[in-house]
This record gives sequence, structure tokens and C-alpha cells, in this order.
Amino acid sequence: MRNDREAMEFDVVVVGAGPSGLSAAIRLKQQAQKNNRELSVCVLEKGSEVGAHILSGAVIETRVLDELIPDWKAKGAPLETMATKDKVLFLTEKSHIRMPTPPQMHNKGNYIVSLGRLCRWLGEQAEALGVEIYPGFAAAEVLYHEDGSVKGVATGDMGIAKDGEQTAQFQPGMELHAKQTIFAEGCRGSLTKTLFEKFDLRKDSEPQTYGIGIKELWEVPPAQHQQGLVIHTIGWPLSTDTYGGSFLYHLENNLVAIGFVVGLDYSNPWLSPYEEFQRYKTHPAIRPHLEGGRRISYGARSLAEGGFQSLPKLTFPGGVLIGDTAGFLNVPKIKGTHMAMQSGLVAADAIHQLLATEQSAGKEATQYPDSLKKTWMWNELYRVRNVRPSFRWGLWGGFAYSALDTALMGYAPWTLSHHEDHSQLKTKDQAHKIDYPKPDGKLTFDRLSSVYLSNTNHEENQRCHLQLKDAAVAIAINYTRYASPETRYCPAGVYEIVGEETGAPKLQINAQNCVHCKTCDIKDPTQNINWQVPEGGGGPNYPAM
Amino acid sequence: MKILVAVKRVVDFNVKVRVKADQSGVDLANVKMSMNPFDEIAIEEAVRLKEAGIATEVVVISAGPTQCQETLRTALAIGADRAILAETDAELQPLAVAKILKAVCEKEQPQLLIMGKQAIDDDSNQTGQMAAALLGWPQATFASKLTVANGEATVIREVDGGLETIALTLPAVVTTDLRLNEPRYATLPNIMKAKKKPLDVQPVAAMGIDVAPRLKTLKVTEPPKRSGGIKVADVAALVAKLKNEAKVI
Repeated sequence: MRNDREAMEFDVVVVGAGPSGLSAAIRLKQQAQKNNRELSVCVLEKGSEVGAHILSGAVIETRVLDELIPDWKAKGAPLETMATKDKVLFLTEKSHIRMPTPPQMHNKGNYIVSLGRLCRWLGEQAEALGVEIYPGFAAAEVLYHEDGSVKGVATGDMGIAKDGEQTAQFQPGMELHAKQTIFAEGCRGSLTKTLFEKFDLRKDSEPQTYGIGIKELWEVPPAQHQQGLVIHTIGWPLSTDTYGGSFLYHLENNLVAIGFVVGLDYSNPWLSPYEEFQRYKTHPAIRPHLEGGRRISYGARSLAEGGFQSLPKLTFPGGVLIGDTAGFLNVPKIKGTHMAMQSGLVAADAIHQLLATEQSAGKEATQYPDSLKKTWMWNELYRVRNVRPSFRWGLWGGFAYSALDTALMGYAPWTLSHHEDHSQLKTKDQAHKIDYPKPDGKLTFDRLSSVYLSNTNHEENQRCHLQLKDAAVAIAINYTRYASPETRYCPAGVYEIVGEETGAPKLQINAQNCVHCKTCDIKDPTQNINWQVPEGGGGPNYPAM
Repeated sequence: MKILVAVKRVVDFNVKVRVKADQSGVDLANVKMSMNPFDEIAIEEAVRLKEAGIATEVVVISAGPTQCQETLRTALAIGADRAILAETDAELQPLAVAKILKAVCEKEQPQLLIMGKQAIDDDSNQTGQMAAALLGWPQATFASKLTVANGEATVIREVDGGLETIALTLPAVVTTDLRLNEPRYATLPNIMKAKKKPLDVQPVAAMGIDVAPRLKTLKVTEPPKRSGGIKVADVAALVAKLKNEAKVI
């Protein structure tokens, strides 16, 4: 117990102002209004403003938005570009083959959006309903009652220097107590990770498997802009044993969103998702979309790809998990926003019901998973559960299996399993080195000029938020055995090996570059890197990603 | 003693701005905005004067669109007592802001008007000086130390080549430089409390002030790209290059 922190009581505290957290907050207030009840809802967001840390493709289905805010159009929701044309390309190094669009990937009626902008708008809707949103404050610690149930969260202290001492600016964090706490941290939530352990929430689930998505936003000459065009690719530059692919969406105002996703179960430690993305842009089928344009934003974020069999237990005394921190993402559809929002709605309804009963503090909202199982979402997720794991047999094996699976409509009597991403790396000598081309500064860029465009900033004098459990492992294992893969999978150049020329290599962590994608926390071969929240407000400042 | 602090809502310092395709200005769509950092220093200084028992009330004012309320709430969270928004969607140039400040000073009668020495968006460095002239008050710009006692303010100013100490009779205008103080964090409890502090919105249109722009922006361009450096063999080569190519010595 700390006595230097102020505390405040709420009915519900939501951790994270993404699509799931904001949807839950909105729904709670709507239900309270309908039932004439007072309900205080507070949302904490580690980004400097709502949307600052949101990064997604994104083509979204509106079915949940339609339910949550039916008049979203009249209320000015930033959904401006309907997806009009779908293309799926298989790329070889010099050429491409147009493939039939798989049924899950038809985007008719869907919208190409900036999820960051959508979240900002959802935030406004939530505030109009009386939700209190506090961006710039990271939930850094889960608080527990004496009986072990979740009591709420505490924000991090501000003004702790690098050396751990308090600076003149020191301000203690604040405790936010709630009858129910909703964890909506997004993929690989740092508090969710501690909850998994505390309540053993993963004991009946397969390991989670992840991907890293790297994205750029381009402004292109009007003549080559085709608003509404949606292109997905597979194949080159990835080898067939690595899962991944690209997206390229033509939004409004001559904007093109382009990105690349690599499954984090890749095995070659020499692979660099960032460089794969850069060279992908030089493909003759892709280059013409960008040429003559200018890159205006950059960022990266991990995503949960494990699907149905990797879902953890969703509730525990005093709280619930929603959205991508739980792992609601439909991999073949490459969409998760609709599911994240749906989980938020269902959780909100369950919590609203629970709060109507007496003595609801610290209780478990078991109605949430029970209801969720009865919605379309559970079935949707169940039926695609075998697609992602089938790609362990490589691209062709995955294709063959997916074709079979489609024929079975997803009702195969078996469920394929996952393995943990961090255990999949070969050693540096078992895998072939990859020679990546140098950036040209026009279409392809180096990492630092990219991070620059993410507007990332962290208060310099603070404790490093990327902690090594054992500092010696960075060289003894990561460097010696795997040639420091973190220097390649980190899309922001946070990890650097220095002093190699003197024969005394050392891992340098440039934590101020971190774009909060969480890949290091996932992929580090011995799970030696622990990602914690830095001071609130730090991290990227995405304008519209 | 009452202190009035003027704050401006500007593009956040972390944002890499980019010029609009038509060169009419900087693209502000979806860009994070926050309080001008120099104005944050001004608020901090005023709050410290209040905490020291010298000031009795800190009033904060901003001029601009509705969203400036967020900026004012931040100032209230740092410790200002109440806020005024002179609301307008029109473009405001330094002279227009100075006129608004004059009108508000005449009504509020503060002893000190403090603001940042300049805003990080247009870097004009004019508003404080113009407000002082319009009000007929003494001014101390680029303040790196401020002491107030016996109806007088003593200000150490950062000037070329050193520090200048001047005394002003109150009421006066002070503009803040970087070294004046290091502003505190707006804490979560204080942000929550700031929501309940009074914020008075006054339409500029009703103030009877001519805020029409006097300056016209012809075009905005990005600075030329920096070309890569070269290594020179020795000092003589460097001197030769500075003399003959760069022509700086």
C-alpha cells in the first residue's frame, strides 16, 4: 500500500481508448441512460490524446457501429471511403498473379478508414455521454482487494529520473478504484500480461501467436489515386515458410495507406519485417501506386493472430478483457475492429447488469463470455480457427488447407494448435542471411527517418520502460546465438548493438524511439525483454493511422 | 494581486508539420494540438507567485476556436483559478490578440500580464510587446527570473551577450523565456478538479474589436533539404572551403 497517492472511485474504469474500450464506455452510458441510473465511467489512455497510439489498416465492417450509434453518418463519423474494388495479388519477384478473392476478403459495403480518426470520433461521442476520458495517463499497475479481486488500476508516477530517483517534477500516480475494471489495452497489453499470470487465465488456451504490422501513409498525385481500391498481396518478398502479406488502401484526399504484416512465428533470425516492407514497395505492381507521392506518416503495431483457440478466460473477479488484448481478430478476414467493438458491447451489457445487483464490487461478470458465445462473433471466430495455424505447413500447405477448410465451412471436427512465437527462431547459423537493398530515400527509407514521421517522443529523463530481466542474456544468448534479432524486428531502431568493433558488444536500448508495438515483448527468444508503460503521454503521436 | 496569463493553442512540439500542397499554410488536419510551451512557463510562474502568497488570483485567457477550452483546462490543472476564452473561428494575428488582451485587462485589472515570449507555431514574438504598447504598461520580455515586491517587478532578461536586470512599476507585461522555470506536470487529480473550475466563454464578435488580419500570407514553403556533409583532410582545407566555397570567413 502506498499512501502518497490520491484515489478516486468510479463504477467502471476502462484501460485504453481504442475501439473496444470506447465502445464499452459508450454502451455503459447508453444503458445507464436507458435505465435512468447514475453510472460513472472513466477511460485511461496512455497516448497523449485519443487516437495517438492507434494504428490499423483499416477496412472495417460497420455492423457493430450500426448497432452502437445507428446515426453515425449524421453525427459525422469519419467513414468517408467505401471499399469499391478488391484485388488479391500473389507476388513473385518481378511479376504478379491476380488471385480469386477469398470469400472472407470481399469488402463490399465496408469502409476504408483511419482507425485513429474513428477512435477520436468515438471519444467525442463517449464524452458527450458523460464518459470521463484521460489521455496522457498510463495505467501502470493493477490494484487488488484483500480477497484477491481487482480493485482498479494506478497510473504511473511522473518525474522519476533514469537512475530511479525522484526529480523536482515528481508527481505520484493516482489510484482509480472501480467496481469493475475493463482491460482494453490492445494486443499484448502489459497489465493483461500480469492478469494472465495472477488468475491463470491462459491455462485452457493455446499459446497466442502474433503478427507485426508496419504501416505508412502516403499522399499521392491525384492522377494515380483510385479512391476505394483495396489490394492485398501475399508472396514476395517473404519466403514461403513465413506467414505474412501486405495491404494497400486508397482512402480519401489522395491518401494511400500501405502496410505489411509478418507473422511473428517466423524462424529466420536474420529476417527484418521493416526491410521486407521497404523492399515490398519496390515491386512493379506496387511502386506505381506511390511513385511521385510523399510519405507523411509511419508506425507499427503487433496484432494477435491466434484466434479462437488462443482466447484466454475473459473474466476474473473485478474485471474483464475485451478487444485485441484478449485476441479477437479474424485472421482470414484480416479484421478485428468489428470484433473488438462487439466484445466491448457485450462486456458492457454484462457489467451493466452486474452493477444493478447489490455488492457488485469485485464480482466476476461471467455473463460476458456466456453472452458472447451466443453472438455471431463466436461462430465467426470458431469457423476460421484453423486457417492461421495451417500456414505452419508453409504458404502452399496453408493454401491447400484453407481451400479444404472453406469447403468444410470451417466446421472441421478438429482444431489445429499454435506454438509460442518466441520459441520458433532458428540460430543464426541454421538460417540463411538476408541481404536487404539500401533505401533510396524516395520510395524506401531507413528506420530513423521513419520513426521521425511517427512523431514519437518520450520524456528523456525517465526509467527505461524496456527492462531486461537479465542484462547478460542480451549478449550471452541473443547476440551469440541469434545475432541480436531485436535489432531487426524492432521497427523503430530501439535496439542497437554497439562496441562490436572493440570486441565488447553491448546492447544499447534507445527507449525514446519506441512506438509501443510490443514486438520485443513477444518475440524475444528467452522472453527476457519486458515491455512496461513509460510515463503517460509518451510514445508515438499518430495523426491518422 | 491578480495575474492574467495569456495562452495559445498551437501544434504540439512533437508533431513534424508539413506544408499543404497549395502552399497556403501548414496542414493541421488530425494534428495534435497543445499549449504553447512558453505559455506553460508563464502559467507555472503565475502559479508559483500565488503559492508564494504574492498573487491572490491567477486568471488564464486564450483566444481562438472552441477547442482552446482544452488548452485552458490544462492551465487550470496546472493551477490557474479561472479561465476566459475569447472565442472566434477567425484567424488571429498578434495585433488582434493584443487588442483582445487590452480589452480583458481593462475589465479584469490585473497587476501582471504574463505570456510566452513567442508561440512555437508562427514565432512572431509580438503579442506581448503590442499588448504593453496598447495598454501603456511597461514591459519586460525574455524573462529568466521574476520577482515581485512592493508594487514593483524585478526581471532578469536574457539579452544578446548576457543578462539584463530591470525594474518595472506595476501593472506590467512580462514575457517568459525558457529558463524562467520548469513547468510541473498537470496531474490526474488536478485535471479532474480543473473540470469544475469556471471557464467563461466570450465571443470576440461581441467585444467590438477589429480583429481583421493586417498581414497576408503569400506562400509557405519547406526549408531546403540539407545536403550531406563532407570530410576534409585538415584544418587548412576546412579554412579554404569556408573562405572560398561557403564564403563565411
